[in-house]
Amino acid sequence: MSDEPEDIIQALPLDRWHQDRGARMVSFAGYTMPIQYDGIIAEHLWTRENAGLFDVSHMGQLLISGDAVDVELEKILPGDIIGLGVDKMRYSLLLDENGGILDDLMVTRRSGDFYLVVNGATKADDIAHLHEALPEELTLNHLDEHALLALQGPKAVDALSRLVPGVEALVFMTAGAFILDGVPLWISRSGYTGEDGFEISLPAEAAEAIADKLAAQPEVKPIGLGARDSLRLEAGLPLYGHDLDTDIDPAIAGLGFAVPKRRRAEGGFPGATTICRHFAEGAPKKRIGLILSGRLPAREGAKIFDGDTEIGVVTSGGFSPSLQVPIAMGYVAAGTTEINKPLTIDVRGKRLDAVVAPMPFTPHRYVRQGS
Amino acid sequence: MSIFFTDEHEWISVEGGTATVGITDFAQAQLGDIVFVELPALGSNVEKGGDAAVVESVKAASDVFAPVSGTVSEVNSALEEDPALVNSAPETDGWFFKLALADPAQLEGLMDAAEYKAFCEKL
Repeated sequence: MSDEPEDIIQALPLDRWHQDRGARMVSFAGYTMPIQYDGIIAEHLWTRENAGLFDVSHMGQLLISGDAVDVELEKILPGDIIGLGVDKMRYSLLLDENGGILDDLMVTRRSGDFYLVVNGATKADDIAHLHEALPEELTLNHLDEHALLALQGPKAVDALSRLVPGVEALVFMTAGAFILDGVPLWISRSGYTGEDGFEISLPAEAAEAIADKLAAQPEVKPIGLGARDSLRLEAGLPLYGHDLDTDIDPAIAGLGFAVPKRRRAEGGFPGATTICRHFAEGAPKKRIGLILSGRLPAREGAKIFDGDTEIGVVTSGGFSPSLQVPIAMGYVAAGTTEINKPLTIDVRGKRLDAVVAPMPFTPHRYVRQGS
Repeated sequence: MSIFFTDEHEWISVEGGTATVGITDFAQAQLGDIVFVELPALGSNVEKGGDAAVVESVKAASDVFAPVSGTVSEVNSALEEDPALVNSAPETDGWFFKLALADPAQLEGLMDAAEYKAFCEKL
């Protein structure tokens, strides 16, 4: 799961909290993390129906401030950062000079700074990249004394608004400052499960007390990383290091929404020439979803065939607890991506039947403006 | 009937020249929800320590090794319909396959129940 060296494994603020609740801990992104509590399928389905509490404190939380910080951020991110309103957030990408994806992230404009959440496994490289790419006059703070919790699922709003009145007024991809028992919380209505829900940034020393309060709500159970992965796969959301890496650019990854029209027209971000050409003329390969026949899942690395021709590779695959079928995400050559196209996937020498499927595999249930 | 265990968390129950093989309760708990079991072909020969089956959990595929050499004489077809039997009854109804033993002397190096319990406690 992780590609990190195993030598320095650190504990996160809720390490003991997870163990006290019966979590099985594994090392991931340089930390010991809860992989599961009751079982991935039960946790997955609980989150789809109720609310799951995820500890994502391994992720990097960064604050960037200074003059014209939005203009500077647009030089390294392909999104509309200048046009981003206060307390609004976007999904964006750190890119190398060829347009390859160094990381995917969430960026929020706050009244005095920008708040970024980057992947745990890449955060050290991201910070180095940001230091190099951004002007020295800007200030970059790594909130390494902060924990990050995600409360996800259709009942997350019931549970959280009981404790923190006002969060129900947030809509998808907006955020704000709140207080619970004197603890300052930065809460956004966002997540990576496809469900409605919230992400809560808070000081590490308050993490146990706040996690206790959240987990005490009847809708809420703690959920491990295993279900987080199966939930995001069903939601069609790519995972960095698996579905996204430096060989993939935003056009290939099908992340057109992360590179809006103005940025495609103006360029001015790393790899813009290649990326804009791929958007305009079509990328040489594309990210697709696959639904397999039978019950045998295809995993990352399994080769995808159109007839006898190898056309691509699976980058994430598993068994969908909601759909009760194996699903996968992968890249195939352009021209082989039409929905319902029959393909086969090689698993240990067997050719499994699959069809190209629209993503998300299970519908997103975000609470958007006006809904 | 004697039951033996391997350090790869398989159990093997021997009666005469036939052995029934499965994975232990410890193993199923580590693997989590099992969604598919790939069993060896009937009549195929498996080698002690070689690949014999594959267990697919939600997250990952794990190899199951043959605890001893032999010829596959029966496979548990109930696992096709209900792979979760491996979670709910790993050491009974969730058995994987039966072998005609090639060399009963290979059983000698395996653990008995008490040794296996001690082995797991150290992990």
